[in-house]
Amino acid sequence: MTLSLVVLLPFLGAIAAPLFAQGGRTAIAIASSVPALLALATLFPMWGTLAEGGTIVQSLEWLPQLGINLSFRLDGLSLMFALLILIIGVLIILYARYYLKPQENVGKFYALLLCFKGSMLGIVLSSNLLLMMVFWELTSLTSFLLISFWNHKQDARRGARMALAITGGGGLALLAGILLIGRIVGSFELDDVLAAGDQIKAHSLYPYALTLVLLGAFTKSAQFPFHFWLPHAMQAPTPVSAYLHSATMVKAGIFLMARLYPALAGTEQWFFMVSFTGMITLLIGAYVALFKHDLKGLLAHSTVSHLGLITLLLGMGTELAAVAALFHIINHATFKASLFMAAGIIDHETGTRDMRQINGLWRYMPHTATLAMVAAASMAGVPLLNGFLSKEMFFAEALSLNLPGIWAWIPPIVATLAGIFAVAYSARFIHDVFFNGKPRNLPIYPPHEPPRYMKIPVEILVVACILVGVFPAFSVGPLLESAASATLAGNVPDYGLAVFHGFNLPLMMSVAAFVGGLIMYSQRQKFFDFHARFREIDEKAVFEGVVSWLVERARWFTGLLENGSLQRYAMLLVVSAIVVAVVPLSGMSLIGSNGLTAIDPPTALGAAILVFCTLGTVYIHRERLTSLIMLSVVGLLVSLTFARLSAPDLAMTQISVEVVTIILLMLALYYLPSWTPTEASTGRRNRDLVIAGVAGVGMTLVTLAMLTSPFSSISDYFLENSKPGGGGTNVVNVILVDFRGFDTLGEITVLAIAALGIFAMLRNRSLSAPPTDGQGHPWAFDAHPTMLKQMSRPLLPLALMVSVYIFLRGHNLPGGGFIAGLVTAVALLIQYIASGVNWTQARISTRYHNVLALGLFFATVAGAGSLAYGYPFLTTTFTYLKWPVVGKFEVASALVFDLGVYLTVVGATLLALVSLGKLTPSGRPLTRTEARKES
Amino acid sequence: MELAFALVIGSLTFAGVYLVLRARTFPVVVGLTLLSYGVNLFLFSTGRLMSGGQPIIGSTDTYSDPLPQALVLTAIVIGFAMTAFVVVLALRSRADTGDDHVDGTLRSDLPEATQDHEQSREETGQ
Repeated sequence: MTLSLVVLLPFLGAIAAPLFAQGGRTAIAIASSVPALLALATLFPMWGTLAEGGTIVQSLEWLPQLGINLSFRLDGLSLMFALLILIIGVLIILYARYYLKPQENVGKFYALLLCFKGSMLGIVLSSNLLLMMVFWELTSLTSFLLISFWNHKQDARRGARMALAITGGGGLALLAGILLIGRIVGSFELDDVLAAGDQIKAHSLYPYALTLVLLGAFTKSAQFPFHFWLPHAMQAPTPVSAYLHSATMVKAGIFLMARLYPALAGTEQWFFMVSFTGMITLLIGAYVALFKHDLKGLLAHSTVSHLGLITLLLGMGTELAAVAALFHIINHATFKASLFMAAGIIDHETGTRDMRQINGLWRYMPHTATLAMVAAASMAGVPLLNGFLSKEMFFAEALSLNLPGIWAWIPPIVATLAGIFAVAYSARFIHDVFFNGKPRNLPIYPPHEPPRYMKIPVEILVVACILVGVFPAFSVGPLLESAASATLAGNVPDYGLAVFHGFNLPLMMSVAAFVGGLIMYSQRQKFFDFHARFREIDEKAVFEGVVSWLVERARWFTGLLENGSLQRYAMLLVVSAIVVAVVPLSGMSLIGSNGLTAIDPPTALGAAILVFCTLGTVYIHRERLTSLIMLSVVGLLVSLTFARLSAPDLAMTQISVEVVTIILLMLALYYLPSWTPTEASTGRRNRDLVIAGVAGVGMTLVTLAMLTSPFSSISDYFLENSKPGGGGTNVVNVILVDFRGFDTLGEITVLAIAALGIFAMLRNRSLSAPPTDGQGHPWAFDAHPTMLKQMSRPLLPLALMVSVYIFLRGHNLPGGGFIAGLVTAVALLIQYIASGVNWTQARISTRYHNVLALGLFFATVAGAGSLAYGYPFLTTTFTYLKWPVVGKFEVASALVFDLGVYLTVVGATLLALVSLGKLTPSGRPLTRTEARKES
Repeated sequence: MELAFALVIGSLTFAGVYLVLRARTFPVVVGLTLLSYGVNLFLFSTGRLMSGGQPIIGSTDTYSDPLPQALVLTAIVIGFAMTAFVVVLALRSRADTGDDHVDGTLRSDLPEATQDHEQSREETGQ
């Protein structure tokens, strides 16, 4: 998996590099270069395979069910990009060492830069489109963080946000496009996708897939109309601009188009969408670049223009044009990265980037000036430099495009026009900065040459420009050949990488562009005046405006659904639940094949009482106490229902929970109004009645249909294994503490969380409660009646004994931790009710939090105990003991777990109720005696 | 038997849903309690209705389905925890807003609340 190592190395470096931040900028720069150098060393031996036209694919399964694999692929195209990323990356690291100030957070900077490098390598080396997508988004994120590196600047934050919104949005489109491609091809592996080009292009989904993929590519590569984010990304530190926003990341979109060229290109849709977008971007970028006074602004728009040029070449659809595009990618990366670095040096040494202030720097920094001038000449397309070569190829392609009639003239004219602008803005970069009089009001004066090593990266790149310009076939020939072969699926055309092709039409166009550009620059004042007549659009303001408009719309829409009324949400929830249930269930037969069974009179009576009290609870719900009493009857009958229908454990649980619930609601009622006012209109009540009626009728029908249908249960397993496997005859309890013990552990944890939540909500709070009931009567004649007090005290040990009995027998007979815990809780609660919180609290020193924690601890330890014997978590064992008097009985390790359950239930119930009861209201309830005294 | 059981569940659902749609906290809590009775009974009945078939090994010939029973047993306890939590939430809401409306505000307070909303919108817009 050597290729995955290449991708992984920068990420490892990102973790390691900040550790060197203490050692100063040099140390961290060296540490940050190591991953790239190692990666280059890893790639080097693979060149042999590639030179012979082979590809290397290495794959590791990740989520094969979803078609996502960790597969990486190296061919000429990915190698070309990987080299650009790695080599320019190292140069940038060296450059940034001198660009950043010592007090800046260099650790963060280098870590982010390395993360970006890894993500970018991931894009170009991924063989799985979904994996590539992950890295694609990572570059958007790291780019966002790098643009906003100086996050104290508002412009930087805004520029970063804009870049993220545009590229991130494009990323979503790309993801959709990739999913469509995956659907058409049936695989996300690049080999399959590239081989299925004809299948994709013939598919009815092709136009959508193409549009979505292109949206991703255009946003990333700053194509019109998404180009505006790139100039605003120039708020980033200059090494970032040079690396991300000219040499590598913005080329990711171009890479994508080249990568998927065999799969998507060659159709009319491709031609029109790609070439026209490229053409417009080429012109707009070149035109605007001329009028930018900011050095980086000029370079940024020039980058936009060159990206448009490459896109246009890819859009033309001919093999030669594709080769020219690849060639220009290399050339643009070299001269533009060096220009950005030069601009950074100038900014660094003069304190400004405004070309109206910077003039005549030739006198102060001739060395830097020479380098910048060579690079700018390459940008303009001067012969013997690499920019010239690819531009010639571009002109030739523009001429040979077979368009009908007058349309045939458009590409050459656009190309020449863009060439004129390119020469003009390059001339401006050279003349305005290094000559044209003296510097004006420089923040740093006099400027001088930067540190020696800061110029080395620029020098290396400029030498590369010249080398490629003079000996193209020798320097980049093999690499270009390999990349072209990968892009064009092996159909590489004959192309000549010569410096001079003879006196032909493309050369004439170059000459025209050169002369025209120089004339345009010399007459620049007229153009500036002309340009000044148009109001400049502030893209940032427009963008922010659009975003806030969208947010406003979204808020409006959200407001339609979410008006803050919980009551309304409850209604919407119930209605949607009904709708969702009605649709699939509408065709169901009402009574299944099993038919109905007869009912005995007592059961019928019970059911009738249950229904009566249920409806009664609703009918008198405004009188809260009365409805609560009705509710308790319902609960009682529910537990009788369980008892009647062979569920003794449920019956016991229900009745003890019922007691606790009613006590809780009584307590709550004390702090709440005793009466519910009528608020809803009759119409609204009728509406709710209809909704509830539909829900009720629906549930009746569903239950009836279910109960009368045959079914098969998985419970036979539990019934068979309860005794031999779990050592207990009460199957319900064995399921709880043994078969499904892990679920129970989760459930008691939830219980504990709920109790702690209640405790936290009521902590240090006092709720106001009226001293008398609604009619001014005192609450009670006697707060703690003697009879109740005296009765409750002997009851406590008895109740506790019962709960121990229930607990111990739980494994074999109805009972267990849950029920025993509830019984204990009720027994203790009676003491609180009968004798008051203070009296009881004084006698129970235990804090219920501790009981709760102890319970969870026991349950977990009981589970973890089995790990010590090499069994999975929560495996239980059991044995038989023989005690005198008691006789032979069975002890299961599940008992410890059940003890945990017991303690948690006791702790949670009491913590919740005592927290509530302990609230000291501002108006304590008056007893009759006290009330009499007051009056 | 099945018909009676279905009617019981239907009426519990009807009562529960109607009360859940009320505006004050206490009826809503009562409604939730009724709903959970209904849900628990429904879940329990997925194992079908049986008389005298308690799932205690050796106590009878045919056993009722123990699995829904185990599920419902924990559901009852968790249901209690939920009820307790909601009740306390209602009390806190009343203590903090001075009102026991489920929306946390009185109807007459709503325009004021909207104003607050607008104010915070302006702040975030900056």
